[in-house]
Amino acid sequence: MIHTDIVIIGAGITGTAVARALSRYNASICVVDSASDIAEGATKANSGIIHAGFDAKPGTLKARYNILGSKMYPDLCASLGVPYRMCGALVIAFSDDDITVLKELEIRGRQNGVPGLRMIRQHEILDMEPNLNPEVVAALDVPSSAIVSPYEIAFAMADDAAVNGVCFSFDQPVVSIRYTDNSWQVRTSSDTYICRSVINCAGASGALIHNMYSKNHLSMIHRRGQYYLLDRSPVQPFSRTVFQCPTKMGKGVLVSPTVHGNLIIGPNAEDISDPLDTATTAKGLSEVLSRAGLTWPEISVRSNITNFSGVRAHLETDDFVVGSVAGSPGAFEAIGIESPGLSSAPAIADDLAGMVADYLSLTKKSSIVFYSVSEKPFHQMTDAERKEAVSKNPLHGNIICRCEVVTEAEIRAAIRRPVGARTIDGIKRRTRAGMGRCQGGFCSPRVASILSEELGCSLREITKGGGSGRLLSGTVAEFLKAGESFD
Amino acid sequence: MTDQYVDILIIGAGPAGLAAAISARESGMESVLVLERESEPGGILRQCIHNGFGLHRFHEELTGPEYAQRDIDRIRELDIRVECGVTVLSLSAQRIVTCVSPVYGFRTIRAGAVVLAMGCRERPRGALCTPGTRCAGIFSAGTAQRFVNLEGWMPGKRVVILGSGDIGLIMARRMTLQGANVLACVEIMPYSSGLNRNIVQCLQDYDIPLYLSHTVTDIRGRDRLEGLTVSRVDENRNPVPGTEIDFECDTLLLSCGLIPENELSSGAGVEISGITAGPVVNNHFETSVPGIFACGNVLHVHDLVDHVSDESFKAGRAAASFVNSNNVSIGFITIKDGAGVRGTVPQKIRLDLSENTELMFRPSAVFRNATVIAEADGKVIAQKKAMIFTPGEMASITLKPKDISSVSGNSLTIRIESED
Amino acid sequence: MEQIITCINCPVGCRMTVQISDNGSFLSVSGNTCPRGAKYAQQECTIPKRMITAVIPVRGSSVPLSVKTAEPVPKKLIPEIMSELAEVTVMLPVHSGDTIIPDVLDSGVDIIATRSLP
Repeated sequence: MIHTDIVIIGAGITGTAVARALSRYNASICVVDSASDIAEGATKANSGIIHAGFDAKPGTLKARYNILGSKMYPDLCASLGVPYRMCGALVIAFSDDDITVLKELEIRGRQNGVPGLRMIRQHEILDMEPNLNPEVVAALDVPSSAIVSPYEIAFAMADDAAVNGVCFSFDQPVVSIRYTDNSWQVRTSSDTYICRSVINCAGASGALIHNMYSKNHLSMIHRRGQYYLLDRSPVQPFSRTVFQCPTKMGKGVLVSPTVHGNLIIGPNAEDISDPLDTATTAKGLSEVLSRAGLTWPEISVRSNITNFSGVRAHLETDDFVVGSVAGSPGAFEAIGIESPGLSSAPAIADDLAGMVADYLSLTKKSSIVFYSVSEKPFHQMTDAERKEAVSKNPLHGNIICRCEVVTEAEIRAAIRRPVGARTIDGIKRRTRAGMGRCQGGFCSPRVASILSEELGCSLREITKGGGSGRLLSGTVAEFLKAGESFD
Repeated sequence: MTDQYVDILIIGAGPAGLAAAISARESGMESVLVLERESEPGGILRQCIHNGFGLHRFHEELTGPEYAQRDIDRIRELDIRVECGVTVLSLSAQRIVTCVSPVYGFRTIRAGAVVLAMGCRERPRGALCTPGTRCAGIFSAGTAQRFVNLEGWMPGKRVVILGSGDIGLIMARRMTLQGANVLACVEIMPYSSGLNRNIVQCLQDYDIPLYLSHTVTDIRGRDRLEGLTVSRVDENRNPVPGTEIDFECDTLLLSCGLIPENELSSGAGVEISGITAGPVVNNHFETSVPGIFACGNVLHVHDLVDHVSDESFKAGRAAASFVNSNNVSIGFITIKDGAGVRGTVPQKIRLDLSENTELMFRPSAVFRNATVIAEADGKVIAQKKAMIFTPGEMASITLKPKDISSVSGNSLTIRIESED
Repeated sequence: MEQIITCINCPVGCRMTVQISDNGSFLSVSGNTCPRGAKYAQQECTIPKRMITAVIPVRGSSVPLSVKTAEPVPKKLIPEIMSELAEVTVMLPVHSGDTIIPDVLDSGVDIIATRSLP
């Protein structure tokens, strides 16, 4: 039984942002998540775009938070020490109908206060993006569109919250929530939390959690999107995010550089029943490919390094729900946080934190620690910086991941972060070890052994991505003794 | 300013790097340095504990560690410096290398000649675009081999192998012998890319079924692999609906091809062949950048380590002669792949060829009773018959200096002509 | 009795048909294209032999020891030899070439180490 002021359910981009915002107040806060790490839901599997805000219908919460949130990102990322790049975006049109849509988007964007929007014609488009389909007739140029690494932001926000006193617990799926004796009782698979306020930031499981504390039952559509991620390259075929014009047929897929120099292609959209089903499918992947071909006729996925999918939480109202819950005193929620949820998260978090602070009459802390991922990745250092880094810490001289040039010092540091990595995937997302073209083929044995050393456990306990997903089955000695299966 | 100068710098202490170092020293080079990122020399041979290495070179069947040890012993006899735990970060066209190690720190080294011997890596799942979940239990065959043979850990109990390349076949036997249950080996092509003897001794000996023209079409399991689906494919390698076979397994090993690891080479501006994925070289194994040589699996993927050693001895000698004399060629003939031939190495031959040169390539399909022909200006200048050519086995043809002097144009085509 | 065997000596992979007498002795082979094939067929139909390689645990070492049979052994002994290897206790240090199990299962063949562990 754990007594705390606030329980936040979900450690994705929204949950970590809310935790960080609330950590500025005098309150005890616990974040629980069913997964084994931060950002294991939609936060690790989306396009990584900070939308400029031309898409959202004025007057909606999506528009409000998108505009506010996207403006917060440059400072937020700088403060957390994570990458942010305003690479710009194009929304492309192939017909008069498309141009009509672009004009609507342009008007909407101006209403939403998006700077620098302009319609451009074919020759200028192809000058900007020579690999684009030459049949393009017009495009909306969106210079303020940006790209980020969503899970790195969530890691850094969690670390920031943790150094300011927030406690994180993983592998704790919430099984029930009850209101008794003026407090909330949040039961997870292994603990019970008694708190005054509960905040639902559970992403794709948002409706499931909502229905535990509210009589107004909610249903949610789980919309899966699949992606291709191509290898890093000094020259990518596209230098900015290219969106297709939304049509009756759907939103279209995007092709975009990532902050790490990869190219991302996707997503499709398919409604599924299980919010945790993040498998990719042959059909989905081929749909992504064929649709992306409209943007990039010479499309090649020869340098594909991985496919993945994420599940977006879609509400029938097609808008976010943010705030307190009628009839459930002390319950707050941010649900239906699909696109532009990443762009909106910091703004949603500020609002929610304010509401919770008001409700609990919290006072601001007198001193706050600002956490920042201070060390520059070895991969990005100059020769002089590398020389200095290795001389200060010889473990920088041990390159564990060849493809992404990640050092032993960096991997150990990732495990020692305030909310440190506990899994091979956790190391991968914090350091990029295993994120490259060999996909961990060379480094995973070494990463696994560093993890077991740092965590003080046997190699047998090490998982790829948490849960029961152990990397190895047993020792050679155990198998030799047990196995007669070759008979 | 660099921290250090060496005559010959060799990147990688696998079989290629060791052989190049030995021959460079034997050609009179005093200052030879080998940089190795692993903690010991020997490269991938360290984990290839099965036998079958060295039949050509030593006329006996050695295991991988034994084969490597012979070169390591020779390296010690010759007192050649091999630094382990050193990762090369960059290479420039001026043959300046930056490298790091926990022991020696960050260094820049300038070299009279550089021999690239970094080897290759395995094609990962991403490159196959196999749909399904991204759970634990999916390994490239070589990673699994390392876990078992070098770390002493078994990746899983019930195993399916995708790809019938030699590493996959060898791992089918290894996993079985060490106590796991190998359910199937699945190959997308209508033939195996592995050696015949491995099909017999690694699959048939243990009654492991080989599914040709099949591939994995779904992967299931949230945290750890729970099962997968295998489907037959048509001539265009597309899965045929209705042919699905489900396997309950906790491990999938991928043996779907090797890719030469040329990130450093590209950084130096070395021209890379789109076919071999290795550097374009002349018959001295010199790349498009003067003084940078390449040999072994970084140049093109071999089936036999004996050939790697042989090629690397030549590359080491050539690097030494570059440092000694800067022996400039009067020009080159370009070698082109003709019908039935892929990835001929070397891609260029000196016009003033002074010794016999072996051209190695991969047949693009299975040819029986066929002839490999070297042809220039419509004239056959050399030919060699064989009962069979298969993509799984590298083939070669040797050209003599007089063959080259008879060529009047600037190119020569290698092709396979089948009588069937 | 007839047995079909694929030759493993070279990539041609001849499909050979071997005639075997009722008492299991070799009579004749056809389908081979060279004498090496005939020899392999005879061996394979009478006492097929294999080299065995394996890794086994070593006390006090996280790194396993790779071993091999010094000579090919009858194929039917493979499971029993693996069982023997499961039981053997190896102590550090080991040198490549050291005998790990002498005359394994009275086969006349030693199991030897193929690497050193200091």
